[in-house]
Amino acid sequence: MAIFVNENTKVLVQGLTGGQGKYHGLRNRDYGTKVVGGVTPGKGGQDVDGIPIFNSVAEAVEATGANASFAAVPPKFASGAIIEAAEAGIGFVVCITEGIPAQDEALTYNRLVREFPNTRLLGPNCPGIISPGKCNIGITAGEIAELPTSDGPNVGIVSRSGTLTYQALYELKQRGIGVSTCVGIGGDPVPGTNFIDCLAEFQNDPETHAIMMLGEIGGSAEEEAAEFIQANVTKPMSTYIAGVTAPAGKKMGHAGAIVSGGKGTAQGKMDALGDAGVKVGLNPTEAGELMADIVGSL
Amino acid sequence: MDLFEYQGKQYFARYDIPVSPGGPADTVDEAVREANNAGYPVVVKAQVQVGGRGKAGGIQLADDEDAVREHAGNILGMDIKGHVVKRVWVERASDIDEEYYVSFTLDRAAKKHLMMLSAEGGVEIETVAEENPDAIVKLHIDPVDGLDEATARQACVDAKLPERALDGAADIIVKLYRCYTEGDCDLAEINPLILKPTGEVHALDAKVTLDDSAEFRHPEWEDFKGLTEMDEREQMAAERDLQYIGLDGSVGIIANGAGLAMSTLDVVNQVGGSASNFLDIGGGANADVMAGALEVINSDDSVKSIFINIFGGITRGEEVAKGIVEAMGRVDLKAPIVIRLDGTNAEEGRQILLDAGIPDDKLRSEPTMLDAARAAVALAN
Repeated sequence: MAIFVNENTKVLVQGLTGGQGKYHGLRNRDYGTKVVGGVTPGKGGQDVDGIPIFNSVAEAVEATGANASFAAVPPKFASGAIIEAAEAGIGFVVCITEGIPAQDEALTYNRLVREFPNTRLLGPNCPGIISPGKCNIGITAGEIAELPTSDGPNVGIVSRSGTLTYQALYELKQRGIGVSTCVGIGGDPVPGTNFIDCLAEFQNDPETHAIMMLGEIGGSAEEEAAEFIQANVTKPMSTYIAGVTAPAGKKMGHAGAIVSGGKGTAQGKMDALGDAGVKVGLNPTEAGELMADIVGSL
Repeated sequence: MDLFEYQGKQYFARYDIPVSPGGPADTVDEAVREANNAGYPVVVKAQVQVGGRGKAGGIQLADDEDAVREHAGNILGMDIKGHVVKRVWVERASDIDEEYYVSFTLDRAAKKHLMMLSAEGGVEIETVAEENPDAIVKLHIDPVDGLDEATARQACVDAKLPERALDGAADIIVKLYRCYTEGDCDLAEINPLILKPTGEVHALDAKVTLDDSAEFRHPEWEDFKGLTEMDEREQMAAERDLQYIGLDGSVGIIANGAGLAMSTLDVVNQVGGSASNFLDIGGGANADVMAGALEVINSDDSVKSIFINIFGGITRGEEVAKGIVEAMGRVDLKAPIVIRLDGTNAEEGRQILLDAGIPDDKLRSEPTMLDAARAAVALAN
């Protein structure tokens, strides 16, 4: 078991003929992901390293039976690509694109909710998802993820930041702890999939025994997650919130990472999660150590 | 990008939101010219991106040319909470019956747009929210539906705006929503929105934050650049397309990824140091990017050591190492570097740094983020 994706997930890469799409799409395939096709309007009939290209997602789904998509397209085309995938019946769309205008993002999110309730969007501006040994969609280097063991304990990871996702995978690998699935939800203001979506899945996933969550300053997603954890999550958790020292009013790289009006501080988030029973580390290494303790006691 | 009031008003005007006639001025003579064009009496307003300029004396009423000379002379160059006034906005003074507040922003938790409207304008909305929260009408708007005039009018009724203000206010609210959405604003705020004795409603102030990600479809934003309030280092970084924020510590930070960069600041702080900046070099850290980053940090005299924290995902360790070696050849660094290199091809990267024969007091590697932070802080303190 894994969440959202598994060894049977068939992936289309929207933008496979572009630089980013080709690089990461082929890396995903090399990892063992079933990358069954690419989509680039006007380039149907061509192939990228043996992967067939189609003019539209609908055509590609028809020909390949794909059920997931990896949208690796520039910001101005991203919303269109996501909606096109949803229209073609794709159930899971991973969008790594950084720099999508917030207005587009908000509109696309609300369109998906209303018109395409069966499509889940991961991202945008996220590293993607990896279920070690089964499926890797996005830009995570597969070799830094430790394979899960059949009898566990395995850890599920959910993170708002790309490089911190890698850091978390690495911290667990250093300690030989298996990962069931690692989900990077992205640092944008309106992520398609949020902490709570992932926590709910991990809670129900028999292969996940503990959960590591990496948050950052800005917004209230971590506080909402804390409420959810309090009420619904029984699996042990550790966390780290980046940006303890971030000054107010400055965007720390991610569009969503800003402390404004005294809200969205790291301290507030750490307190909320701590109160919900999550072990709080002051840096990624500490969160990894805490997780090692948790796993050791399972 | 935060706009100055005058830029916000220029932006509003593009969406037919009524503002007072006026113009920007950088000198006393220009201010007089703008005042003569607008017609007396005028208001001379300091253009700074900080609240409380009225209290600081940065907003003055002038009945004639002499008064404009006096006030513009005083306000230009004035220091308001550390912001030096380089420009004033001169506009026709308005008769005011009532002051309201309206704004649009994204409610991240609700994932919808949020309108806030209040009959109590002219004061900080945070103050109203604290003292009289019922005076603020909050309306969530689904971007799929948008906002129509009837809904806007009902919100005005709910906010207890007087009958004679309803049509004018609803009209402006719909236009402001258009400005906010089509104009790609993160924030569009009018405070105060005023009702004149004549029954007209118009924007007396403008607070606009543009969404930088939407710049590609707004060539008109080019006009807003130039007079930004970035400090020199931030300017230098912006020219190199680096995500940089100046801070006041002594450890220069370079990291790949926003989360890791924030985390690096945290760790430096935890081991007793303080960062001089936040700098995210992003995914592909080649020699040019690294050299650019080192140049920016090197320009800061308060930097006593530099902590480079790289976790290679897509970024490959050997590329980072080559970048650093090449950059060190190009930039004469004043402070020593401590590097932590992990992830993809980190071993090869460390070997390249070793083979480059850079002396220990210029560059050293540490195995973990914490070790590197301790070393960098020890060098800085």
